[in-house]
Amino acid sequence: MTNDNIITTDVVIVGAGPCGLFAVFELGLLDIRAHLVDILPKVGGQCAELYPEKPIYDIPGFPVVTGQGLVDNLIEQIKPFGPTFHLNQMIQALEPTGTAEAPRFRVVTDAGTVFDTKTVLIAAGGGSFQPKKPPIPGIDAYEGKSGGGAGVFYAVRKMEAFRGRDVLIVGGGDSALDWTLNLQPIARRVTLMHRRDDFRAAPHSVEQMRALVASGQMDMKLGQVTGLRGEGATLEAAICRDAAGETFEIACDTLLPFFGLTMKLGPIADWGLNLNENLIPADTEKFETSTPGIFAIGDINTYPGKLKLILSGFHEAALAAQKVHRYVYPDKRLTFQYTTSSTSLQKKLGVA
Amino acid sequence: MHVRVVDREGEERELEALEGWRLMEIIRDWGLPIKAECGGACACATCHVYVAQDWVEKLHPPREDELDRLDEAYDVRPNSRLACQILFSPELDGLTVVLAPELA
Ligand SMILES: Cc1cc2nc3c(=O)[nH]c(=O)nc-3n(C[C@H](O)[C@H](O)[C@H](O)COP(=O)(O)OP(=O)(O)OC[C@H]3O[C@@H](n4cnc5c(N)ncnc54)[C@H](O)[C@@H]3O)c2cc1C
Ligand code: FES
Repeated sequence: MTNDNIITTDVVIVGAGPCGLFAVFELGLLDIRAHLVDILPKVGGQCAELYPEKPIYDIPGFPVVTGQGLVDNLIEQIKPFGPTFHLNQMIQALEPTGTAEAPRFRVVTDAGTVFDTKTVLIAAGGGSFQPKKPPIPGIDAYEGKSGGGAGVFYAVRKMEAFRGRDVLIVGGGDSALDWTLNLQPIARRVTLMHRRDDFRAAPHSVEQMRALVASGQMDMKLGQVTGLRGEGATLEAAICRDAAGETFEIACDTLLPFFGLTMKLGPIADWGLNLNENLIPADTEKFETSTPGIFAIGDINTYPGKLKLILSGFHEAALAAQKVHRYVYPDKRLTFQYTTSSTSLQKKLGVA
Repeated sequence: MHVRVVDREGEERELEALEGWRLMEIIRDWGLPIKAECGGACACATCHVYVAQDWVEKLHPPREDELDRLDEAYDVRPNSRLACQILFSPELDGLTVVLAPELA
């Protein structure tokens, strides 16, 4: 990778959950622009992924707001600061390249984006949202990764990789239906399997799928995968069970199981942060970790008395931003101001 | 009031249950391995259990959102339930459930 592709910035925020989003606001008031990275294709973390329609009652000033409603409001609130989002990417590596007094870090995502940043704010919540892996006996041998097979995938990165293949897709939600429809023209044959004849995916995708089945362009089977068969790392068939308990096989060289997402700590464990039961210890004055220049806010951090609440994460973001400012503008004095009365802050917010 | 829980190693335990608690919370609070990642919001299916045959009919039937979420569980059977959707009451004294396999 050449230098031109490196993004030079003041702060990289790991995770675009509610706490990472609000940090953009607090940093923005201090003239610090942020890049946010999230493995999800959307912002909002747990609020957007796990409970978009459920009500939250303990956000100060909002007697009730839904998970998605809160995220939408945060996006509106941070708009003046023009954050850059890098979605669908997981931060893989984080290495210090500076000193304790003048920290600098090289941050690399699994999609090859490289940042050269003065500070890092980890707002990774419960970890990266990653596809769940069904405990089908022997599945590891067929997984598409170095050293393994090339038959089981939990996500589609390049559709071309599935050209001419016999693909079995398992699931009844949007991911399963979307990939069924997208891969059907490319694959040799697509079979969709679901445990019941009722799909929670968007109705128009389900209709399209049923039309393709009716015209013989793909197959739909009711059942669940219980085993896999194939020589070495080459997948040949999935062993399945129908609702009556009968066993049958589906010939396939590719399996795409969609069982939803789960939070996994992921690469954070390798960043040298003295983890404590998968949480990052931080001080309560500036929410800095054991590595100067790396901060931890929201659900991912731990300190005496920690409460995993959104409001705590917001407070942590405000305090962390103060110290980030010291690293980014070592010579500038920071004065305490209210958004209500400071013309300078209001200019930044675009309202003065 | 008690609930009997068989873990994934086949060991059965009798846990004291409290009225008004969700079955998931009882299992989790006694320290048995139930992930319950979404904390009972019917959003993760990581509280999947199998209900003993003679108890299936005695429970209130699953709602639509529970059936939908069970799509994300592994090895779903006719007696599969999400433990966070079962509220404990005196009628359930003696209920027996088996922890379903976990997805990694
Ligand atoms: C059902 C439910 C109800 C809740 N109700 C409330 C409530 O009423 N009030 C309340 O205050 N809290 C509530 N919470 C808790 C609240 O949602 C969390 O405290 C909050 O989401 C934490 O925000 P966060 O920004 O720290 O992390 P998260 O929301 O977990 O977001 C972290 C993000 O970081 C991403 N990420 C992690 N690692 C990486 C990486 N290496 N690379 C790229 N991306 C990464 C993840 O994919 C994720 O999107 C509830 C939680 C649940 C599940
Ligand atoms: S705890 Fe998540 S669905 Fe029950």
